Amino acid sequence: MCEACPVIDWANELPTVRSFTARKVDASMTDHIVWFDRYEPKHKPFVGGKNSSLGEMMRAELPVPPGFAITTNAYGLIWSDKALVDDINGLLRSIDHDDLAGNREISNKIRNRIEQSPVPDGVVADIAEAYAALCRHCEVDDVPVAVRSSATAEDLPDASFAGQQDTYLWIRGAGNIVEHVKRCWSSLFTDRAIAYRHSMGYLHEAIAMSVGVQKMVDPIASGVAFTLNPTNGDRSQVAVDASWGLGEAVVSGEVTPDNFLIDKVLREVIHREISDKHVEYRLTERGVVEKMAVETDRRKSPCVSDEELVAITILARRAEKHYGCPQDIEWAIDRHLPVGENVVMLQSRPETVWSRKPKKPIGATTGDPMHSIVSTLLSPMHNKSDGE
Amino acid sequence: MSDKRFPSPFEVEGPEGVDGWEELYPYSVVFSEDLREYEDNRFWFWDSMHWGYAMTPWDSTFLELAIASLSQFNSRHYRIPPADGIDFRVLYGYPYFSPVTIDDGARIESRVPDFVERAGHYFMNWDQLYDNWLGKIKATIDEINAIDFSPLPEMEDLAVITDGIGTGSGQRLQADYHRFKDLALQVWQYHFEFLNLGYAAYLDFFGFCKQAFPSIPDLGIAKMVAGVEVDLFRPNEELKIIAHKVIDAGLARLFDDPKNVSAIQAGLAGTEIEAYWNEVSDPWFNFSSGTGFYHYEKTWIDYPEIPYAFIRDYITKIEAGEDITRPIEAITAERDRVVSEYSELLETDEDRQAFQEKLGLARVVFPYVENHNFYIEHWTMSLIWRKLKELGDTLVKEGVCREIDDVFYFRRDEIDEVLFDIYSAWAVNAPNRGSKYWPPKIARRREIVARLRGWNPPKALGEPPEIVTEPFTIMLWGITSESVAGWLGSDDDDSAVSGMAASPGIAEGPARLVFSPDDIGDILDGEILVAPITAPSWAPVFPKIRACVTDIGGMMSHAAIVCREYGIPAVTGTGFGTSQIKNGQLIRVDGSTGTITILD
Repeated sequence: MCEACPVIDWANELPTVRSFTARKVDASMTDHIVWFDRYEPKHKPFVGGKNSSLGEMMRAELPVPPGFAITTNAYGLIWSDKALVDDINGLLRSIDHDDLAGNREISNKIRNRIEQSPVPDGVVADIAEAYAALCRHCEVDDVPVAVRSSATAEDLPDASFAGQQDTYLWIRGAGNIVEHVKRCWSSLFTDRAIAYRHSMGYLHEAIAMSVGVQKMVDPIASGVAFTLNPTNGDRSQVAVDASWGLGEAVVSGEVTPDNFLIDKVLREVIHREISDKHVEYRLTERGVVEKMAVETDRRKSPCVSDEELVAITILARRAEKHYGCPQDIEWAIDRHLPVGENVVMLQSRPETVWSRKPKKPIGATTGDPMHSIVSTLLSPMHNKSDGE
Repeated sequence: MSDKRFPSPFEVEGPEGVDGWEELYPYSVVFSEDLREYEDNRFWFWDSMHWGYAMTPWDSTFLELAIASLSQFNSRHYRIPPADGIDFRVLYGYPYFSPVTIDDGARIESRVPDFVERAGHYFMNWDQLYDNWLGKIKATIDEINAIDFSPLPEMEDLAVITDGIGTGSGQRLQADYHRFKDLALQVWQYHFEFLNLGYAAYLDFFGFCKQAFPSIPDLGIAKMVAGVEVDLFRPNEELKIIAHKVIDAGLARLFDDPKNVSAIQAGLAGTEIEAYWNEVSDPWFNFSSGTGFYHYEKTWIDYPEIPYAFIRDYITKIEAGEDITRPIEAITAERDRVVSEYSELLETDEDRQAFQEKLGLARVVFPYVENHNFYIEHWTMSLIWRKLKELGDTLVKEGVCREIDDVFYFRRDEIDEVLFDIYSAWAVNAPNRGSKYWPPKIARRREIVARLRGWNPPKALGEPPEIVTEPFTIMLWGITSESVAGWLGSDDDDSAVSGMAASPGIAEGPARLVFSPDDIGDILDGEILVAPITAPSWAPVFPKIRACVTDIGGMMSHAAIVCREYGIPAVTGTGFGTSQIKNGQLIRVDGSTGTITILD
């Protein structure tokens, strides 16, 4: 065991789960559900990073699909089960951080224990009611939704938890949603998440879990957008990776996405690299997501039009302005929305690589234009690249 | 440095049957054994942007006047710290340039205080000096207009006697020719009085933007600086006004055949349109269909069928319900948007302040960069060519030339001798020798120039440069050590053509190759113009074409400025576009990335 690590202390003293229950009695916010379109910044501690980001996007009039957050209050309620608390603390205490295989096993046990516990009735009823309202709003019975974990300490610019919590797509029906909400909750205890908190010195209790439930888009194409040029940090460009269908093919590395660079100001595509996109993940008629081969004529065609890229760019810029710093955005082009309104944003979070570099003014600005002209003449353009 | 180099000027094989071509140009501009060591170890590039065709002897005068003047302002007036002038030579009728870089740090440093003082004075007093410049140019134009090349009279006027003048027409003809040469140099001095500094200020803003936004398209920078109401656009705007007037007067059908100049002129006689034409055509239609550097380029004022055809096109568009007015407000608003959004994207307030200052200076100087082209290359040069044709007419009358344009086959200083020959023969009243001596020589020179025209000159000669510091070389010709390395590395891949992303957007259409301004009338709606270069006076064809591709030209070339103004995709400086693309081929032009795809 690691002697220097403060995480060990909590395991011995068991403060973790008690503090989770304490959150429930926070007088300012006791709701189990917060709709994205009614989100306010004060909700952030209860809906986590991803959900508050979606709420913020709604507030900034960025087109995200409709949905709601299941708050950390609901998550906190599961820890009122004394037996659950004891079992999990027991399991956590048995962890040896040097034994990776053993940890995976303990993690599985913790996750199973959480997933097999009943969700308190009040929470189940609130989720069912919210889902029914969402179905009415979308005019679809059993509207497919994405169920996403949204941890309260996630998405901090200094702590990338990417991939450590779960997302479940194409979930239909209130019962299924509840089951997947539990999986999101339990995903706080994957071996990687436990090890990560250990290595960063975070207490387990410092992180609580909210869950987002959001109408699924059925994307013709989807991808990510950085509000800067990732190769040189140029903030006047948006870099877009895009591929057919859902984002899985790119995330899993099965497909090299089309890559574009769009000038934010000129709103022009200034660089394009079209790849061979041989597979895509799509929703089948049976309501499940499947990997499919892409027909020959679509494989090497751009999966987004220039107009769509400009729409993505305008939205990305709006998001960046709203948050006041460079963003890393997930977007999709919905099959069921009319052209011109079909670009939706799924997520926006701070870009972490270039944003961390300290801001410093360009060159020596002495306020003397002649000085500047002289230095320009002395360091001519031959060593200033065109960026291509 | 790469061990690859361009051919030596002493090894280049010229076209056949041009023996004695060197005699067409002054001894000082021909590569020679005397300076072989110096010349062979330099980098020389062909300026095909201004001189795409072999020069006749007199036309090559402007190569000398222009490049010597450019150099003088760098080296002797403003002391541009890292660059003296641009050396120039003529090889088989084509001009080659070699920027003179200063690489001795101490020498550069010692020039800085002088540069700051001298350039600083111009930047500080720019508007006043520019007004002054306009006055000087107009006065010079008046002086050139007053030059008298008329033939020698049988007998001097009585007034010469009664007024006690004491000199005669032969002296007048020679003195006016000397004066004419002096004025030609004077106007080219004025051409560069501001231009070098204009480029320096522009480069400074350009460099700042490239540092702030490493991959900003050059176009984005140009858009922020470009003037909205620029004299260079005025000729085309006048055509639109006339097109409206013609329709209002019910005379639209008169223009159905724009080549029928006499019918149109008769139809307009006595109308308000004729009065308006006369009012605006001088100066605004002193507008060359080329670069202004060749005597045979047609100007609107002398060849009204050219503007008539453009007016016909505008009439067609107006009648089809199109709004052809230039949306000044929208253009201004777009420029303001671009500026404020780039400014907003800067990281710090200090950067924003520096950005505003540099942009401010660039915008003060840029109207000169845009407008001088009209005043010198179009207006003054039209006049100069017209005057030389008057001289040619006199030489024909004296028997020295067979036709007026023969005058352009003399070196400028040979004409001094010719004029003395004519004068003295007139004075003595005996035969001149020139009538026998020159016609066969001129015929041979015509043959040589025709053969030189058919030659394909190498893009560059000698050693590739390690560093390029001369502002014109970088800004106007787009020449850097990198771009030159690209020339050496380029294989002739026929399916891919690329160049500078000069005006954004994507368009597809059939290619129309245009090698001479006379052929621009052939361009059809929806075609893509592919040309060695384009001239500002081709502007009226831009509403017809879908895109434009040129072999030559940087971001600040005159053509690029006009392409952007008309909002069609353009790729400039492709190098070999006109040889890789075939007439009628379906091509796709991506003006945002600078690539052309041949689809056929």
